[in-house]
Amino acid sequence: MTFTTPEIAWAPLAPIIIVLGAASIGVLIEAFVRTPATRRTVQLILGLVSMAAALGTLAVQWASLDGAGTQVMRLMLTVDRQALAWQSVILVFGLLGILLFASRTRSGETAFTPLGAATPGSIEETLARRRGLEVTEVFPLLLFAVGGMMLFTCVTDYIFLFVALEVFSLALYIMVALARRRRLMSHEAALKYFLLGAFSSAIYLFGVALVYGATTQTSFAAVGRAIDVISDRDGLLLAGVVLILVGLLFKIGAVPFHSWTPDAYQGAPTPVTAFMGAATKAAATAALVRILYTSLHPLEWEISWMLWATAIASMALGTVLALVQTNVKRMLAYSSVAHAGFILVAFAGLTAEAVVALPFYLLAYGLATIGAFAVVSQVRERTEDGAVGAEAVRLGQWAGLGKRSPLLAGAMSLFLLSFAGIPLTAGFIGKFEVFSAAVAGGGWPLVLIAVIASAIAAFFYVRLVVLMFLTDVPEGAEDSIEVDDSPLTRFVVVVTAAAVLVLGILPAGALNLFENAAQFLVTANG
Amino acid sequence: MQSLIWLAIALPLASSALLLLAGRKADAWGHWVGVAASGGAFLVGLGALLEMLGQPEESRAMVNTLWTFIPGGDLNVDVGLLADPLSITFVLLITFVGTLIHVYSVAYMEHDPDRRRFFAYLNLFVAAMLLLVLADSFLLLFVGWEGVGLASYLLIGFWNSKPEYATAANKAFFVNRIGDIGLIIAMGLMFATFGALDFSTVFAQAPEATTAQLTAIGLMLLVAACGKSAQFPLQSWLGDAMAGPTPVSALIHAATMVTAGVYLIVRSAPIFSGAPDAQVVVAAVGAFTLLLGAFIGMAKDDIKKALAASTMSQIGYMMLAAGLGPIGYAFAIFHLVTHGFFKAGMFLGAGSVMHAMNDQVDMRRYGALRGAMMVTWITFGLGWLAILGVPPFSGYFSKDKIIEAAFVGEGWQPWVFGGAALIGAGLTAFYMSRLFFMTFHGKARWTDDQHPHESPLLMTVPMMILAVGSAFLGLILATGDRFTHWLEPVTGHAEHHDPVLPIPVLIALTLILVAIGAVGAWFKYGRADVPEEAPAASLVTVAARSDFFQDSVNRAVAQRPGQHLTRTLVYLDHAVVDGAVNKQARGWANLGEASRRLQSGQVRSYAATMLVGLVIVAVVIVVGGL
Repeated sequence: MTFTTPEIAWAPLAPIIIVLGAASIGVLIEAFVRTPATRRTVQLILGLVSMAAALGTLAVQWASLDGAGTQVMRLMLTVDRQALAWQSVILVFGLLGILLFASRTRSGETAFTPLGAATPGSIEETLARRRGLEVTEVFPLLLFAVGGMMLFTCVTDYIFLFVALEVFSLALYIMVALARRRRLMSHEAALKYFLLGAFSSAIYLFGVALVYGATTQTSFAAVGRAIDVISDRDGLLLAGVVLILVGLLFKIGAVPFHSWTPDAYQGAPTPVTAFMGAATKAAATAALVRILYTSLHPLEWEISWMLWATAIASMALGTVLALVQTNVKRMLAYSSVAHAGFILVAFAGLTAEAVVALPFYLLAYGLATIGAFAVVSQVRERTEDGAVGAEAVRLGQWAGLGKRSPLLAGAMSLFLLSFAGIPLTAGFIGKFEVFSAAVAGGGWPLVLIAVIASAIAAFFYVRLVVLMFLTDVPEGAEDSIEVDDSPLTRFVVVVTAAAVLVLGILPAGALNLFENAAQFLVTANG
Repeated sequence: MQSLIWLAIALPLASSALLLLAGRKADAWGHWVGVAASGGAFLVGLGALLEMLGQPEESRAMVNTLWTFIPGGDLNVDVGLLADPLSITFVLLITFVGTLIHVYSVAYMEHDPDRRRFFAYLNLFVAAMLLLVLADSFLLLFVGWEGVGLASYLLIGFWNSKPEYATAANKAFFVNRIGDIGLIIAMGLMFATFGALDFSTVFAQAPEATTAQLTAIGLMLLVAACGKSAQFPLQSWLGDAMAGPTPVSALIHAATMVTAGVYLIVRSAPIFSGAPDAQVVVAAVGAFTLLLGAFIGMAKDDIKKALAASTMSQIGYMMLAAGLGPIGYAFAIFHLVTHGFFKAGMFLGAGSVMHAMNDQVDMRRYGALRGAMMVTWITFGLGWLAILGVPPFSGYFSKDKIIEAAFVGEGWQPWVFGGAALIGAGLTAFYMSRLFFMTFHGKARWTDDQHPHESPLLMTVPMMILAVGSAFLGLILATGDRFTHWLEPVTGHAEHHDPVLPIPVLIALTLILVAIGAVGAWFKYGRADVPEEAPAASLVTVAARSDFFQDSVNRAVAQRPGQHLTRTLVYLDHAVVDGAVNKQARGWANLGEASRRLQSGQVRSYAATMLVGLVIVAVVIVVGGL
């Protein structure tokens, strides 16, 4: 038995290699650079440079892509325009996220615990804080997550998809646990996220095994062809497909696989929530698009009702639960569940329009999410001795924010209106594109429900706007809130707000880009 | 200059914006900018007139399309200006009289701290009014229509620190809204019937429409005209509008804006020519209003309100003429032009008198002002002779033609309309002479602190120019039917018809009635002593003094039921609409509270939720599908 060295075309993987390589270098930096402040600076620069370089490489590849794309490692990976577009979106989220990771309050504290291994409230933790330690491992972790997600968008093999899934998930589990304040809640959130994530991974793997049993294939295209050949409806295959989809719906956060979302969003350090909320959804949607369009499309009729049911359940439950939340982060978490439903609406009928609409929707949604959580991280409680305290996440504490900081409150309103899908924001264009794709695919009942859900959802978005601008600061609470002014976060808020506006008013450029990207490379050979 | 006619609108508009934006800095020179803008607009109009006169008659109309206002599938509305003999006539009237009144206002408003704002509004008015008459579509006309309404509102309420003035402005605005709605409905009907709103398309297709359609459009246009021109039953605002500064009354509420209704009717001639019923209604409204205004004019002691009633009555004449069809259109416009001169002149005269008498408006406290104010007396006197229709002054040529035209026709119409016009002439002579004699003749009934004096030249020169116009404009324009000929491309050629009575008889009758009216007024108000307090009088006079209870009627007919309706609607909105919304919102919130329990915070229940969902999906797909 002889092994032949596999031919690997490394060049198309350059962006992923750059990011993952930088992540590995980041781990080494952790070991060799000793002062926390220097380490943070070096890590930030490394992260920014590597992701910017990856983005530049992507642009070059986009321009020089000959034909539909390239297959790498036989059928394992496919680098086509679709993958490049999603990778660019994720890199943009990564760049914005790393800026949030690096930002510090006026008193110099980051959003992360000084010592991840210490028991909350223990002597070790206090000592670590006093000595100014910092968990700068979050930077390489973010790079690993970004690299994993980029991989996730171009993998075309069910087994390899699992590897990519775990690469970014593990990094996320750790980051969720590293909040500086409310440490116990952060630990709890991370553990729940990890347990449920492991559960869903198991479900996914089980599904892959069943599909392999039914088709003897693991690559997307081959499975797709095999399904075509199987004439009668095979229970093994269908069960496998359902399990695979559940694994992905978990990552998107669709009901009933959403339970981790509120707890993880609330417990995670806010910069992590921002990045996770935006990028995970994008990566999972990208994979779902590729699987549904290149592999499972022959089963469209069988799985469509599952997608419809989860879409309706997500929109309904996400919306009504967001209505009754009193915590800003939890409210946004449930809003993300509702948005998962809106995303699934696009898959009605598997139209070609949806492939254009979804990247735009996720870009709009992700920018607004990052911006909104960036604002959340700036609104702080004031401790009794006048220092900047924890984030003020109770809704009531946001009353009158418009007077304290018109810029933040105005930007937040913009993000909320974009979530709600009000015209002149990116969210409106995204919703419009997604809904019209669904209508084109015959999913008008779904769109009707989506519109009703959007109308109800507008209530809790606008309620926060009203609270910020039209409600006075409660008597005696004038000094309890402080708006922290971190230049990096401020920059992220301004950039995302501008992007939400520009995409809302002049969406043509981005839409054209995604239109060019709306083709998959599905090759028969290999 | 015809193609540059947009400048006539742009100049005052720019000046208005400049004066409003420049703020206090422009206080010192702002009013002269206003005068220059209005004068510039006049020069543009004059240039257009000269150019037009040099062209053959059939090519005098010119449409300048500026840009597309509303691009849309079935509805494309271009912004275009129509310069033709009719619109140029209005442009010249508006800008010429307007410029004189601007000059007058420089002195009249000298001591007002807000003079700059006043000129800004005046310029705004001029721009809007020019847009109204130059528009080449009903939609653009409506923009100007609303613009003059706004300017009128701002200027009536210019001294809005006095609540009753602000109320008068509101009243004018509200009553005009009714007319505006008529215009909006008319445009809707036109769009439904013709699919377009521009004059050329609508008028070209008008002959093909049914009589019912044209009648409906015509009546709605009449509602619009009644609102803007203070015709019955929407006349109630004009008297109160005298709260504005007197130059405003002269320009807007005598010479120009209130004649917009007449313009609208004449411009829409092709529609009315296919709707004889609507025409009769127009004539009837005009005839009724001219008598109503005359009666009110006889009873008023407030000089401005008496002049306002007279305006209402004179516009009634124009409306009557416009309702007579092609034989009346040109005379309606002719009377409109001469009226613009003599009525503006008399209003400026009244302003001059008020200026001299510490803003006293009660004519019973005037008297014997001839001696103190010779220029005002002469200029006002020329206007008085003109409105009476004494030959050879302007009114004689325009009003008598209307009376003659009113007597043309068959059946009851010539007798009713002609009779009303004829009687109106006598009444006009009486109340205008009453006004003239009470003000300038008889004994001085001044209060102690009044020391009448002549107004400065800035005020008297415009009065003199207008007086010259009052005296000779009619003669000049009537010679050789010059004016009717000039308007023919727009109003159409009217065949000559003989009135039911011979023309010399009509002229004689008119002059006799005028003489009786004037002499009667002389005996009652010129020679005899006028009591300083209004004496107890007959029921008719009392009714006329209170404008025939128009406000009470409006209150009972419109305001009270309207209030009840709105209160009911508010209640329904609160109870039913809001109620339903709030109830279902609470329902959603309750649903949220209930489903919140699912999120117990325990990871095992989360996993269970996932598993249950997975099992349901799997069972349905695998088992259900097999």
